[in-house]
Amino acid sequence: MPDEAIIEEPSAIETIPVKVDGREISVPKLTPDWQGKLVPTTVLQACKHAGIEIPHYCYHPKLPVAGNCRMCLVHVGMPGRPGPDGKPPMNEDGSLKIDPMVLPYERGTPKGVIGCATNLIPGMEIYANSPETKEMREAVLESLLINHPLDCTICDQAGECKLQEYSMEHGQAESQFAEQKVHKPKAVDLGPRIILDAERCVLCTRCIRFSADIAGDDALGIVNRGSYNTIATFPGAPFDNNYTLNTADICPVGALTSKDFRFQMRVWFLKETNSLCTGCATGCNTVIGSRENKMYRQEPRENDAVNGPWMCDSGRLDYKWIGSEKRLKEVRSQNSDARSWDSVIAEIGGKLEGAAAGSVAIVASARQTNEELYLLKKLADKFEAITDSVPRNGEGDHLLVNADKNPNSNGARLIGIAGETLGANLPPIAEGIESGAITTLIVFGEDVTQHGISEALLEKLDLLIVSDIFPNATTAKAHYLLPGCAYAEKRGTFTNVKGRVQKFMKALDAPGDARAEWEFLHELVENVTGQNGFSTIEGLFNQMATEVDAFKAKELNWAALGDDGVTVDF
Amino acid sequence: MPQEYKLLLKHADAKGYSNDLECYERHGGYAALRQALAIAPAGDATPQAQLRKRVLDSGLRGRGGAGFSCGLKWSFVRHPNPKPVYLICNADESEPGTFKDRQIIYKDPHQLIEGMIISCWANHVNLAYIYIRGEFTEGAKILNTALAEARAKGYLGKDILGSGHDLEIHVHRGAGAYICGEETGLIESLEGKRAYPRIKPPYFPAALGLYMCPTIVNNVETLCNVKHIVEMGAEEFAKLGTPNNTGTRLVSLSGDVKNPGYFEIETGKVTLGELIHHENFGGGLREGRTLQAVIPGGSSSKVLKAGETFKLGEDEIALLDVPYDFDTLMKIGTMSGSGAIIVIDDSRDIVECLANLAEFYAHESCGQCTPCREGALWMNKALHRMTHGEGRAEDAEYLTHIAQNIQGRTICAFGEACAWPVLSFVEKFRDEFEAKAAVKK
Repeated sequence: MPDEAIIEEPSAIETIPVKVDGREISVPKLTPDWQGKLVPTTVLQACKHAGIEIPHYCYHPKLPVAGNCRMCLVHVGMPGRPGPDGKPPMNEDGSLKIDPMVLPYERGTPKGVIGCATNLIPGMEIYANSPETKEMREAVLESLLINHPLDCTICDQAGECKLQEYSMEHGQAESQFAEQKVHKPKAVDLGPRIILDAERCVLCTRCIRFSADIAGDDALGIVNRGSYNTIATFPGAPFDNNYTLNTADICPVGALTSKDFRFQMRVWFLKETNSLCTGCATGCNTVIGSRENKMYRQEPRENDAVNGPWMCDSGRLDYKWIGSEKRLKEVRSQNSDARSWDSVIAEIGGKLEGAAAGSVAIVASARQTNEELYLLKKLADKFEAITDSVPRNGEGDHLLVNADKNPNSNGARLIGIAGETLGANLPPIAEGIESGAITTLIVFGEDVTQHGISEALLEKLDLLIVSDIFPNATTAKAHYLLPGCAYAEKRGTFTNVKGRVQKFMKALDAPGDARAEWEFLHELVENVTGQNGFSTIEGLFNQMATEVDAFKAKELNWAALGDDGVTVDF
Repeated sequence: MPQEYKLLLKHADAKGYSNDLECYERHGGYAALRQALAIAPAGDATPQAQLRKRVLDSGLRGRGGAGFSCGLKWSFVRHPNPKPVYLICNADESEPGTFKDRQIIYKDPHQLIEGMIISCWANHVNLAYIYIRGEFTEGAKILNTALAEARAKGYLGKDILGSGHDLEIHVHRGAGAYICGEETGLIESLEGKRAYPRIKPPYFPAALGLYMCPTIVNNVETLCNVKHIVEMGAEEFAKLGTPNNTGTRLVSLSGDVKNPGYFEIETGKVTLGELIHHENFGGGLREGRTLQAVIPGGSSSKVLKAGETFKLGEDEIALLDVPYDFDTLMKIGTMSGSGAIIVIDDSRDIVECLANLAEFYAHESCGQCTPCREGALWMNKALHRMTHGEGRAEDAEYLTHIAQNIQGRTICAFGEACAWPVLSFVEKFRDEFEAKAAVKK
C-alpha cells in the first residue's frame, strides 16, 4: 500500500458517547476512511465497536462508500430540531429528547439510515437489532434474492457467500415473489482471469470501485437499467490489469469468480494456512487454501502495514510449480542413487571440516528465509567464506509490485550474506574459482551458471554442494544435491522491502525426501561448527534475533512477530 | 370567476411574439437584469446578498416537484466560497404529465436566460449550465441561439453590462433517462457519468455538487420567477397566490378533460374542481363521463379518488374544492409536484392505469440501489400479470408489501415516486384491484 494510507493511531482518542441497543458506549469520534484519512465515525463502525456487525454488501473499509445495497439500513433515534431558542427538544428530566426516526410524509412509519454513510451525532441511539431494523433487512434481502438464481449447489462462492450468510442470519426462508425472474448473462468472460455470472450479482459495485480507485484501471462499469443492470467492460477491452483477482475476493457473492479456482474445490474443504507471497520484496500476506496436500489457491490476508487487503494477480497465481512433477525429491551425491540425509550430511560435514579459511564460497538466494540465511552465515563465518546472494530485478508498479523480485533481499543484507548491492561478490567468487583460491562452493536455490559462474568453472571445484527444488545446470554439476522446500512446505521468516520481518507457516508436505533447508542446515552447522543450536524454528529464530543487530534492536522473537510481522530498522 | 394569471406566460403565446432577442427586448426584456446589477450596497449587505434576501422574502418555492424554498436553498451555499459556485438549470422535464417548462424554453428562452443571469449574479456564479432533456432537440437549438444572441449583446461573457461580473452558460443535452432530472443524478450525468443519484449525506449539492463544488440546481420555472421578483419586488410578488404559496404556477392539465393544456394560475387561487371543470381551464369531462380519479402533481404524486373528502383542521373539504397549491395538497396526503394534473374518468380501468405508470417506473429505475431496482420491476411484473388475467386475490396486499419496502429506503426520491402511485391506487381502489383479480383470461 502507498505510505500515506498508513495512519498512526492518535495517542489521545477523542470519543463520542452513543447508545447501541440500549447500551451506552464510547467510540472514537474519528475513524480512518478508505484512504486512511480521519473522518467522523459512522453508525456501522460504532456498532462494530459495540461488537455488533451491521450486515452490508457494498461497504468495504478500503473502498469509497457507495451506499447502494441498503443492507446496512438501521433504525436510529435522533435529537429533534432546535426550537426558536436554539435548543433541541428536552425530556422533563432535562435530558436530550431522542425520537426514533420516521418517514417525513408518514409519521407512523419508521425510517432507517444507511449505517455506512451516516455519521454519529451526539445523543444518537442506534437500534441495531430492533424489529424495525430487522424488518428493513428482511425486505432488502428479499429484494436481492427475487432475481437471484439460487444456484448455491453449483456456485463457487457457496460457503463464503454473504447472501447465504445474511439469509441465514437476517432473512426469511420464504419469498412472496410470484413472477418470472430476470435472466442475465452467465459465464461472461470479463478478462483472462475473471468470469462474471450477472444473475448472481447484487450490483454492489465493489469491483468497479476497486478497479477504478485502487487499481487505477477504470475498466468496469454498469450497462442497462434497473433490474437489468449488468457489470460489464468496454466492448473489446478485457478486464486485464494485474489486480483483477481482488475483485473475486471482494465480490460478496458468486458473481465474480477466479478462472483459476472455479469448480476446483468446495471452500469448506480447504485448510487455511497463513503464508506470504514470494513474488517480490513487498511480501504480501496471504492465506493458502489446500486440501490433501494440494494447493488450490492463495488469497491476500489483510495487513495494513504491507498490502492492505490486496495482492497482485501475478503473485497470487505463482504457485502451480509447487506441486510440479519435476521437483527434486531425492538426496544425491555425484553418480549415486538416492541416499539418506543422515549419511550425506555426515559426509559433507567431514569434507568441509578440513577446508582452509578462504577456500569456501557461498552463493545463497534472497528467496531463502532469514533462518536459512542465518545458518549459511554461520557456516561462512567458520570458513571465512566469501558470500553473496543473487539479485533479481524487474519492474514495479504504483500499488504493490516491487522492482526487487526477491522476497528477502533485506534479510540477506541484514544477516550479512549479501552487501548493499546483491550480486557484487559474484564476480570475485568466479575469479576465485578460476584462480583456484576457491575450491568449495555452496549454492542454495540459484542456478549460478546464469549469474557469471559457468559450468566450466563449476567443474574446477573440489566440492560443489547444491540445494534446490528444481533441476538446473548447477544442480547437474553438484557433488551433493540436497532437495529443499517451496515456501508453502516449510516455516520461516522473510524481511520485506520496508524491513518488515514476517513469518509464514507450513501448508503442505514436501515431495519425496525433500526437507526444509533450515532443518538440514541446522544439522550441518552443528556437525561443522560443533555449536549445538536450536532444532525448532521458534528457537532458531529467537537465537538469530539475539545475534542479528537489526533484529536485536527490536527485541524480536517468534511469538512477538504475530500474524502481521514487525518492522525493523535497516 | 376563476381565471389564468399570466406572469411567466405573459408573452409566450401572444400573437406575433417570437423567441428572438429583439422581440424579447421590445417587450421589456433584460430590464430586470439591469435593475439587479444596479442595486447599491446597503450597509453590510452586498447587492448580491440583498438579492438573495429578496428571493427568500418573496416566498418563491421550487417548481420542479419538491416545493422547497428557493431562497433557503440558495442560503445553503457559503459566501465567499473558496471553490467556484455553479448554477444548473434543471430543464430535464420528464415527469409524466408535465409539459410546462418546454413552453418557456421554446417560446420565451430569453426569460429563462435573464432569470439565470440574475440568479448567477446573486450567487456569485461564473459558470452555469442548462441541462435540457435529451428529447428536446429543438429546445436545445433554441436555447443555444438565444445564448449566442445574449452573448453578442453583452448579457453574457466577460464583464456583463459593465458590472465586472463574468458569466458563461452552456447547454448540455440530457442522457435520455428520467433519473437525469434528479438533481444529484443530473450532476453525475453532467460530469459525463451514468446518472446515478448521489447519497445525501454527504453529497448535498450546496456543498459537494458539480465537480465537488457548491452547486445550485433550480427548475426552469423557478429561475424565470427570479426575474419577476426583481421586477416586482419581493413584497408585490408575495401578494400573488396565497400565503406560503406565493406567485403563480404553470399547470399541465391532461387526461380525460375536454380542454387539456397548460395554464398559469395564481398559486392556491384556483381549485382542482375549477381546473378540471371550468371553461377557462379543462372545460369538464367528455359527455356522459364521470370523474374517477385525479393524479394531482405528476405521475409520482399519490392519486386522489373522485368523491373523496379530507379533514383540514376543523373543516372537511371535498376533492374538487381543494385549492391548487403546495401546502393543501400536502395536507391531504399528496403533492402538487411538478404541477401536472392527470384526470382519469370512469371509462378507464384503474388497474391498467397503474400498470401503465409501473411500466414507466420499472423502465426508468436507474438500478443503483436495491429496493427500487428490484421493487420497481417487481411491481410492474405483478401489475402486468393482473392486467393479463392472472390476478390473485392477494395481489393488493402483495403490491402494497413491495411498495412499502421501497419508500424511504432508497438513495433518491425515485423510491417514493414509484411506490406512491402503487400505495395510493391500491389503497383507494382496493375494490377494483380485487375485482381485477377475479377476472381470469
